Amino acid sequence: MPALQQKAEIIRSEKLTDDICRFTVQAPDIAADSRPGQFVMVRAAEGMDPLLRRPFSIHQVRDGGLLQILLKVIGKGTQALSKMQVGQHMDILGPLGRGFTYNSKHHHYLVGGGIGIAPLLFLAKQILKKNEPSTINVLLGARAKDEICTLVDDFAGMGLEVKVCTEDGSLGKQGLVTDLMAPLPDENPAMVYTCGPYPMLRAVVGVCRDKNWACQVSLETIMACGLAACLGCAVLRADMNGYVHVCKDGPVFNADDVAWL
Amino acid sequence: MAVEQPDMKISIGSLRLKNPVMTASGTFGYGEEYASLVNLNLLGAIIVKGISLLPRKGNPPTRIAETACGMLNAIGLENVGLERFLSEKLPFLQDISTPLIVNILGDTVEDYQQLAKRLNEEEKVAALEVNISCPNVKQGGVAFGTDPHMAHAVTKGVRQHFKRPVIVKLSPNVTDIAEIALAVEEAGADAVSLINTVLGMAIDIDSGKPKLANIFGGLSGPAIKPIALRMVWQVAENVSIPIIGIGGIATPEDAIEFLLAGASAIQVGTTNFINPKATEEIIHGMGTYLREHNIASIRDLIGRARHT
Ligand SMILES: Cc1cc2nc3c(=O)[nH]c(=O)nc-3n(C[C@H](O)[C@H](O)[C@H](O)COP(=O)(O)OP(=O)(O)OC[C@H]3O[C@@H](n4cnc5c(N)ncnc54)[C@H](O)[C@@H]3O)c2cc1C
Ligand SMILES: Cc1cc2nc3c(=O)[nH]c(=O)nc-3n(C[C@H](O)[C@H](O)[C@H](O)COP(=O)(O)O)c2cc1C
Ligand code: FES
Repeated sequence: MPALQQKAEIIRSEKLTDDICRFTVQAPDIAADSRPGQFVMVRAAEGMDPLLRRPFSIHQVRDGGLLQILLKVIGKGTQALSKMQVGQHMDILGPLGRGFTYNSKHHHYLVGGGIGIAPLLFLAKQILKKNEPSTINVLLGARAKDEICTLVDDFAGMGLEVKVCTEDGSLGKQGLVTDLMAPLPDENPAMVYTCGPYPMLRAVVGVCRDKNWACQVSLETIMACGLAACLGCAVLRADMNGYVHVCKDGPVFNADDVAWL
Repeated sequence: MAVEQPDMKISIGSLRLKNPVMTASGTFGYGEEYASLVNLNLLGAIIVKGISLLPRKGNPPTRIAETACGMLNAIGLENVGLERFLSEKLPFLQDISTPLIVNILGDTVEDYQQLAKRLNEEEKVAALEVNISCPNVKQGGVAFGTDPHMAHAVTKGVRQHFKRPVIVKLSPNVTDIAEIALAVEEAGADAVSLINTVLGMAIDIDSGKPKLANIFGGLSGPAIKPIALRMVWQVAENVSIPIIGIGGIATPEDAIEFLLAGASAIQVGTTNFINPKATEEIIHGMGTYLREHNIASIRDLIGRARHT
C-alpha cells in the first residue's frame, strides 16, 4: 500500500458541534487502498505557518472514491482546516501506517473516547462484512452529548448495539467508558479495539488485562512526516529497550507491545 | 540565441551529478520511504539518514515541536547502524540510478574511520557526507564541528579510508563557520555542506515544561534560511572547494538564492515532510529559471551575487 498524495476536493462539510466537523473529500486513489485504523497527513495551510501536515484517522470510506475525516479543533492547524469550504481542495497524503487487524473468531468490542471514535466507524463497517451485528459491542465515551450524538446514530444505523456514557451525564450513563466495560460478560475470545485520549487508553488496557481480553490500541504522537522518514513519532516499547514508530509500526499496536507509563 | 535545454550538471569533486538537487540527511529516510511519491531517478543525489557503527535508539519522546515557519527536532541520531544499513537498506538503493551519498556519524575519530573503510568497499556509495555536529566522547562531549582541530582530525581520518568524494557537513552552532570550513578543506575534504540544524528550544506554557524531552533541539525549515544563506556566503569567501547549501529550501527560488550566494548544489530537508514532491518541483523550476533568463548552464549561477 504505497502512500499517495492527492489534492482532494471537499464535497461535503458537516458541523457536528462548535468544534467538531466532518469532511467528505473525493480521493479515489487513497480511498481505494485504505484500511480501518490507517491515517492520512493533511496540509493545514498553503503557507509556511502552520508548517507541518496534521495526522487524521481515516473516518470512513464511501462508494465513489470518497474519504471522510472527523476533525476536532485543537490549535491553529485544525482551526485553519475547519474553515475549509465545499469546492476547495485538501492536500492529503495516505493511506499511512498499520491499521486494525480483525478476524471472525473474536467477539469485537469497539471502545472509543471523544474524537478517538473517528476510526471505529470504518472498522465496524469492515467487520460487519463478514460478521453478524451481535458479534460487535460499541462502547463510546465523551465529555457531553453533542460531541457524540451524530456518531451514536451512525453506529446504530448499522444495526449495532451502542452503549454510551458522558462525563456530564447528558447522554447515557454518567461516567467513563471503562465503567461500561466492567459489567460486560466475559465473552471469549474477545478483541478490544480502542482509540481515544491516553489516560482512557491506559485504563481500557487495564480492564482488558483483568478480563484477559486481547486489545489493540490506536496511539497518537506528534508527527512531522507520517512516512517513517523523520523518526519523530517514537514511543517506548513494552520492554523499555528502544522505540517503535507510530506512523510505521502503528498507529494501531497490540497493547502489550508498547510501554504504559 | 535562446537557451532551450539548459545544462543542469554540476560536480562535487570527482562526482558528477545530473542536477544540483539532493535530499538532506534525516529528512528522506533511506529513499524507499518516498519511492511512491517522488521519481527517485530524477534527483541529483540521495543522502540517507545518518549511519553509526552500531544501531542507536535515539532520544525519548517528545522529539518534535513545530515552531513559526520551522520545527525543532531532537531525534538523537536514531538509526539502524552500519550492518543493517548494508543488509536491509542498501539493496533497494542499488537499483536507483541516482548517486547515493551516505551520511555518517560517530563518537570518536576511530568510529568515523571504520565507517569510511567499510563504506569504501560499496561501489554504490558515491560519496560520504560526514556529520560533525556530534559530541566527541573522548573530548568531554564537545561537538567535533565546533572545534577546528577536531573537525580537521575527523576529516583527515575519513579521507584516509574513503577513496571517493568526502563532503563534510558543518554545524551553524559556532562563532566562526569559515574557520571550521578552512580546517576541513585543509584536511582534504572535497566539499562542505551547510548548515545542519540551529540549536533552539520551545516551552509549553500549559505544562510549564520544555516541549522536547531533550530540552534543546535543532531548528530547521524556512525559519533558518537567512542564517544558512549568510553562512554559505561567508564560507564561499574563504574556501575554494564546492559548497552544498542547506537550510529551509522549499522552492526553486530558494535554491537559486543559494547558488547565487556561492553554493554549487543544494539539499532539501524539512520541506520533504510537507511537500514530498518538492525536490522534483525544484529541479523543474530551476530549469525554467535558466530558460527564462537565457542562462546556458546552472554553473553560471554559482556565486554570481558575489561578483557584483
Ligand atoms: C494517527 C493519528 C490519528 C489522529 N486522528 C485524528 C482524528 O481522526 N481527528 C482529530 O480531530 N484528530 C486526530 N488526531 C490528532 C490531530 O492530529 C491533532 O489534534 C492535530 O494535529 C492538532 O493540530 P493543531 O495545529 O490544531 O494543534 P497544535 O497544538 O497547534 O499543533 C502543534 C503541533 O502538535 C501536533 N499535535 C497536537 N496535538 C496532537 C495530537 N493529539 N496528536 C498528534 N499531533 C498533535 C500538531 O500536529 C502540530 O505539529 C490524530 C493524531 C494521530 C497521530
Ligand atoms: C528530523 C530531522 C532529522 C535529521 N537528521 C539528520 C542526520 O541524521 N544527519 C545530519 O547530518 N543531519 C540531519 N538533519 C539535518 C538536515 O539534514 C538539514 O541539515 C537541516 O534540517 C536543515 O535543512 P532544512 O531546513 O531544509 O531542513 C535532520 C533534520 C531533521 C529535521
Ligand atoms: S512521523 Fe516521521 S517517522 Fe513517523
